[in-house]
Amino acid sequence: MQNTNVAYDSKVEGEIIVTQADAVINWIRKHSVWPMPMGLACCAIELMAAGASRFDISRFGMEVMRFSPRQADCMIVSGTVTYKMAEVIRRIYEQMAEPKWVVAMGACASTGGMYRSYATLQGVDRIIPVDVYVSGCPPRPEALLDAMIKLQDKIGRERSVKNLTARNAKPAKADNLALAGAGKES
Amino acid sequence: MAESEFAQLKERFDYLSERQSADHLAVNCPANKLVEFCGALRDDLGYDLLVDVTAVDWDAQSPRFTGIYHLFSTTKHEYLRIAADCEDDIKPSLPSLCGVFAAANWHERETYDLMGIHYDGHPDLRRILMWDEYPYHPLRKDFPLAGIEVPLPADDVAEATGVTVLPAPMMGGPFVSSADGPMSQTEPSARDESWTEQEEKPTD
Repeated sequence: MQNTNVAYDSKVEGEIIVTQADAVINWIRKHSVWPMPMGLACCAIELMAAGASRFDISRFGMEVMRFSPRQADCMIVSGTVTYKMAEVIRRIYEQMAEPKWVVAMGACASTGGMYRSYATLQGVDRIIPVDVYVSGCPPRPEALLDAMIKLQDKIGRERSVKNLTARNAKPAKADNLALAGAGKES
Repeated sequence: MAESEFAQLKERFDYLSERQSADHLAVNCPANKLVEFCGALRDDLGYDLLVDVTAVDWDAQSPRFTGIYHLFSTTKHEYLRIAADCEDDIKPSLPSLCGVFAAANWHERETYDLMGIHYDGHPDLRRILMWDEYPYHPLRKDFPLAGIEVPLPADDVAEATGVTVLPAPMMGGPFVSSADGPMSQTEPSARDESWTEQEEKPTD
């Protein structure tokens, strides 16, 4: 006979659910991502569209866009990053509380895009570690939603205390260089 | 029509000379008469709006830099272009128009930032687009589009990340889009895709 009790059975287990700490913590985290819109260029318009009623990012539990980095845990870098702005982005990233994630939205934030020039940082992953890259110039809101779902998957798969052990244990310099290098290769 | 208009200007301002132009009336004005001329244009001839301040780098020629001013008359609905050569090719300078048009302030800062023209009498001549310590003027002809390696503006960020301002990979660029054709075929692309930074341009 096929076992249909795939999850919690109150008759057997009482009022107890047995699971792993990582599963619970990540489940909570991935369904309450608080993005910080780092809108720098035209991608920010698509980011706004993703938050508006037609595409409605709140269907995925991440509609609470916070304009203060201290209240956000996912920076969406949407737009062209100039060298003059790089410092600002780095500082805002450092102000975000752990655990935190970064989405590089669009060609410019990912690689510098069509701006091969003296003023443009060639990919935001040179200064902060990026979790998800979104292609497009600018990406459609669906592409951003897809990236955010991918980020949720990624959050679901990581060790929940990774941020405490990995990022803060090492000196900032070596850590960020390694992360930036890894981002370039993939 | 433009000819008679220039004759009228020339009658009053004898230091002017006519400049070749594809559209609106354009005149050459000596740099030392620029403030006086623009003041008269604003007060007496109705050119009350300063639209643009820019400059041209003629590269190997001398005078190397020419300051360009676009004025518009909101009563006559006409444009006027004024060009003034900079005497010095090494440290080019022009008189500031901030006293005549308040709009000149940021325009002149931009032209100073990107072309390196010093505006004498400007109240606050700082860079406006690039950061203050940036050592070059990027729109000059001798400056490569990809850029030149310099330190990042913020020391602590540079130290934490090991990042410097690097020349951008051109990959056969500059990236341009053709002006005509359907939009699906006018995406910006490298002009010459036969070479990249890794693979040199084939020579035969």
